[in-house]
Amino acid sequence: MKKYWHVINIGIQNNLAYRVNFLFRIVFGFIPLLATIYLWRAIYSGKPSGTDVAAYSLAQMTSYYLLVTIVDVLTAVSEDDWQIAADIKDGNISQFLLKPIDYLTYRLCLYFSSRLIYLAVAAVPLGLFLFFLRHYFIWPADPAAFGCFLASVVMTGLLQFFTSYAMAMLAFWVLEVSTFIFILFAFEYLASGHLFPLDILPHAMEKVLYYTPFPYQMYFPVSIYMGRTTGNAMIQGLFVQAAWVVLSYFIARFAWSRGIKKYSAVGG
Amino acid sequence: MNSPESPIPHSAPRTPRWLRRYPGIYLALWKNSVAREMGFKSNFLLWIVVEVLWFGLQLSFISVLYLHTDTIGTWTKWEVVLLIGASHFIQQIYQAFFLINCTNLSELVRTGKLDFLLLLPVNTRFIVSLRQVDLGGFVNATLAVGVMIYALIQLHLTVTLLQIIGFLMLCLSGILIHYSLMFLLASISFWTVRAQGIVWGYYNLFNIARMPDDAFRGVFKAVFTFAIPMLLVSNVPARVLTDKLRSPGQILLLLAMCAFCMVISELGWRQSLKHYTSASS
Repeated sequence: MKKYWHVINIGIQNNLAYRVNFLFRIVFGFIPLLATIYLWRAIYSGKPSGTDVAAYSLAQMTSYYLLVTIVDVLTAVSEDDWQIAADIKDGNISQFLLKPIDYLTYRLCLYFSSRLIYLAVAAVPLGLFLFFLRHYFIWPADPAAFGCFLASVVMTGLLQFFTSYAMAMLAFWVLEVSTFIFILFAFEYLASGHLFPLDILPHAMEKVLYYTPFPYQMYFPVSIYMGRTTGNAMIQGLFVQAAWVVLSYFIARFAWSRGIKKYSAVGG
Repeated sequence: MNSPESPIPHSAPRTPRWLRRYPGIYLALWKNSVAREMGFKSNFLLWIVVEVLWFGLQLSFISVLYLHTDTIGTWTKWEVVLLIGASHFIQQIYQAFFLINCTNLSELVRTGKLDFLLLLPVNTRFIVSLRQVDLGGFVNATLAVGVMIYALIQLHLTVTLLQIIGFLMLCLSGILIHYSLMFLLASISFWTVRAQGIVWGYYNLFNIARMPDDAFRGVFKAVFTFAIPMLLVSNVPARVLTDKLRSPGQILLLLAMCAFCMVISELGWRQSLKHYTSASS
């Protein structure tokens, strides 16, 4: 176990080298976020004041996007998938086959440390941003919901990581994985609720989405925080999310073991 | 040092020789790019799929918004669809000519490969900016035109030839604004090696360019109109096509901002070049 602490430590130091990059990323990222919030304000201002849009007040809608940003800072896979694919392509993974280190756990530690540094860098600009919009920010309804939100965020992170890991395994078979990663990302961006809360969609569409893992990659924890998923639906959702995490873990493991067979055949 | 005026030898005939020389060079660069793309055909097609998906994503976002409202400011649904189409068209043409070259600049500086380009007997900015052509951009731009035409049909609008010419000229200014600003950002790589992140950060600005300008006010609107004119690049051409222009002043503003960005970009580039020390020596 101790060796993985070292990995986290190394990961933190490596990621510190990218702190300026992280800062640019988070600050530039605020621009489209702000633009989206403005767009919603224009929609609300075109209606009689106090009108809700799809059962969201303006404050709730603003909070939704702020929460998405926070969950994104906590869970987004930034460079991990590219790095894993590059490790495979450049043959860097050979050393892990010889050492008593499990590559997936190793990458998970690096992912964890990169999130830690990203959060540390993002904290100040994000805090300022939240401060400016504090009148529009809604606090969680009750502590129990907040606890469930945190648990769900952890699972969101794991789900994001395992999916990215499994996608990066494509590098065993194809030369250029970035297109595949972007294609999946496009679906994830739309169907996980990055662009808009999923419950403003027609009901049938929202229901269909719940048969995919996408809502559990973003929308689900945010909806718990906002008190839009409660009671039995929440408990049931947490179990489904856990199931997706386990499934994505096994797919990631399976893809690796298949890939390694192919890899040794080529590299040997 | 290289100067933006192309080198014309004193013995040159009266018709400027560069006028024949540069198209010839550019044609050769095109041939190279076509050959390169055809080497990875499936990858070429997959990148088009990626762009189409992201375009569809923007359009679905807008259609979801318009499930819950009839207008955003003065913009109706199909007008915004046309705006997104115009923005995509501008972005894709820009991408076809300039994007890879802008992002590659920091790599050229980091590896010192810029040395070879500086030594070539052509204008360095020309060769750095136009070295590669991304052919997928043209395919995606065609799709954007299709979406715009469909939106115009939905709006029951007929456009005059003058409007189309005006639209294309304004799109050209928009493309030049994107190019000037991104090239300026890429020039930062002469000072810090990790400029690629900054260049990609610019990508976020495309997200603003496709939003209806009516939605914005205050500082945000001022900054993205007069400092970084993102709210002009596709809104003004789209307004021309849909007869939504508030005053001809908007056109003049876009043209003025375009000229301004180009001057700033050229000054920044010259200043940066002076700062260049080769990586290998």
